[in-house]
Amino acid sequence: MHVRRLRPAPALAILVVLPLLSLLLAACGGPVSSPMATLASAPETASPSVQATVRPVTKVAVAYDISGRGDGGFNDIAYNGVRQAAVELGVEVREVTARLDDTDDDRAERLRLLADAGFEAIIGVGFTYAGPMQTIAAEFPDVRFAIVDDGTVVAPNVQGILFAEQEGSFLVGAAAGLTTSTNVVGFIGAVQLPLLEKFEAGYTAGVRATNPTAEVQVTYLSQPPDYSGFGDPPHGREAALGMYDNGVDVIFAAAGGSGSGVHEAAAQTGNWSIGVDADEYRLAPEAVRGSILTSMLKNANVGTYRFVRSVADGTFRSGNQTFGLANEGVGYATSGGFVDGIRDRLDALAADIVAGRIVVPDAP
Amino acid sequence: MRRIGSAALVVAAPVVVAALLAGMLAAAILAVVGADPLATLRDALVYGARPATLIAVVNKAIPYYLAGIAAAIGFHLRLFNIGIDGQYRLAAFAAAVVGASVALPAPLQLALVIAVALVVGWGWAAIAGLLYVRRGVNVVISTIMLNAVATGLIAYLLAPERLGGLEPGSNNVTTAPIPQSGWIPTIATPAGGLNGLLVLAALIGIAYWLVLNRTTLGFEVRAMGLSERAATVAGIRAPRLALLTMAASGAIAGLVGLPQLLGASHRFGLDFPAGLGFTGLSVAILGRNHPVGVAIGALAWAFLERSAQVLDLAGISREVVTILQAVIVLSILVAYEIVRRVRVRQARRFVARAVEGAPA
Repeated sequence: MHVRRLRPAPALAILVVLPLLSLLLAACGGPVSSPMATLASAPETASPSVQATVRPVTKVAVAYDISGRGDGGFNDIAYNGVRQAAVELGVEVREVTARLDDTDDDRAERLRLLADAGFEAIIGVGFTYAGPMQTIAAEFPDVRFAIVDDGTVVAPNVQGILFAEQEGSFLVGAAAGLTTSTNVVGFIGAVQLPLLEKFEAGYTAGVRATNPTAEVQVTYLSQPPDYSGFGDPPHGREAALGMYDNGVDVIFAAAGGSGSGVHEAAAQTGNWSIGVDADEYRLAPEAVRGSILTSMLKNANVGTYRFVRSVADGTFRSGNQTFGLANEGVGYATSGGFVDGIRDRLDALAADIVAGRIVVPDAP
Repeated sequence: MRRIGSAALVVAAPVVVAALLAGMLAAAILAVVGADPLATLRDALVYGARPATLIAVVNKAIPYYLAGIAAAIGFHLRLFNIGIDGQYRLAAFAAAVVGASVALPAPLQLALVIAVALVVGWGWAAIAGLLYVRRGVNVVISTIMLNAVATGLIAYLLAPERLGGLEPGSNNVTTAPIPQSGWIPTIATPAGGLNGLLVLAALIGIAYWLVLNRTTLGFEVRAMGLSERAATVAGIRAPRLALLTMAASGAIAGLVGLPQLLGASHRFGLDFPAGLGFTGLSVAILGRNHPVGVAIGALAWAFLERSAQVLDLAGISREVVTILQAVIVLSILVAYEIVRRVRVRQARRFVARAVEGAPA
């Protein structure tokens, strides 16, 4: 029997092609003004001293997790803080994004490249940068790092930026509890992660605080490592329609980009929805605004803005910074005026949380 | 003279054609998005050629290679094992849980963890194999569905109240760490540490070649791949072979997560890399199912992935980088096909001339 021979030729071609291409390019390329120039000349090791000297900041970088910027939510807000600081300081901002099959080593290399290229302040968005940042912070003691949504990295040049999402969620939960007429409210989370369960825990506690007999229905759009729940409006819409069919009349959509589907479903069925991270009333199309009761604000920009400013003016402090109701890290939106009638109640609850009279649970 | 010419064509032509195609298309794409094509490509290549990068490329290629071999095994019978992704994630999760719950001396601990991964991958793929053989369920459909089931199963079990744990201040649920006796030692080189599972990957490659080319089973698989009807007539039992192939593919798939688990993270968490199985399918196609070809394909893919980081840094968006990678891979396949057709035409002409020249 004649058996076809197996050929490795095309793959072999790749290995030959790449160096060939490089020769070709080296031959005809002019002087380079790109990151590699700085990369090649950067010192191998930075000086080991960690002093509170003020160094001029010229370049700031943001490394996102796989969802990246343009998510209409959290990453965009985190970027806004960086941009605001960068505009004020007149510095450059560079953004990089992770891939789904990234290992810790890939993420570490991403941070290393940035530090190597002379970025003085580097922000990692999301807990997946925790391990890599621990490694790279030790390699570059003169660079200042911040990690958003993680508090486990311990180094003299790393700041953890954490948010008390449960506190803001408590307030919108209270609003839901006061607004519902069917006595059934809903929660739709993007992906079942501990981070989003903080939203759920706070929301449920808030509902209970103002309406102890109300039922809370909970669902998540996807399970990790399937992160589609963050950017799947049709899925959010279907989940919301299911809940509204079930007698729910207020839904808190802690679902990133999928939230727009929830708002659509609310507008279509004449029910309420609640936005997340940003003031979604202002972002939503005219037609669905009327059904967005309020939004849970997670002001990631406050954290990233303060980090960049602190590096620039020499007041950088390592350790964790938690942004809650007390320091305007979280809150609730009043756009549209739908919660005007209950603002006194909500603000009183907020004052109780700030004063420590109410402690909001952060896990369901 | 003619022989030299055709030899040069065989070796150099695909390379030159692929280089020209890939270079022109990549430059065109970069120019369209407003980047300086030459400087950008050169940055990526200069960065990719640094020793530390090359070590990282080899480490990154190990799981790609294992996934590629797992895919190649199925390809011989035209079984598209889309389920490699779910198989390795479930296998790595199970291996992490078992590895963290026992503490044996180093060689035994490693052997146990690897065995668990093999068996779980084997078993999970065997479900798809059985469904195919007994009920005729298309393997593509069943393995996609089993990926979803694996995702759900891991999400259910990897909860703080079950097999997972949550450190204070962290948002990452992970299993308990595997004790140090279950860590794979790294191979030290001047430019950095190579993942010790490189050895396992090489052994798998050799075993794959031996089984395929030096055993009855391998012969049956190749015969079946060439012509199912002929093979069946010759007495080869197709269902048994399909089941065996699927399970073997799954067993190898089970190893895909181990370089990360045993060599780097030592635990399974929400940040465990996903999607390696799909890369494996591409790598197997690039390498034409040949153990050496798949290795080169895996290395090339890892090289592209790693150099892409510099493009990201240069402000070229991630989507453009992905397009570039796909274009480079496609142009290599296209170049190979072009050269193959030219050679076929040449052979036909040669035969035609020989026939004309021969006495009637």
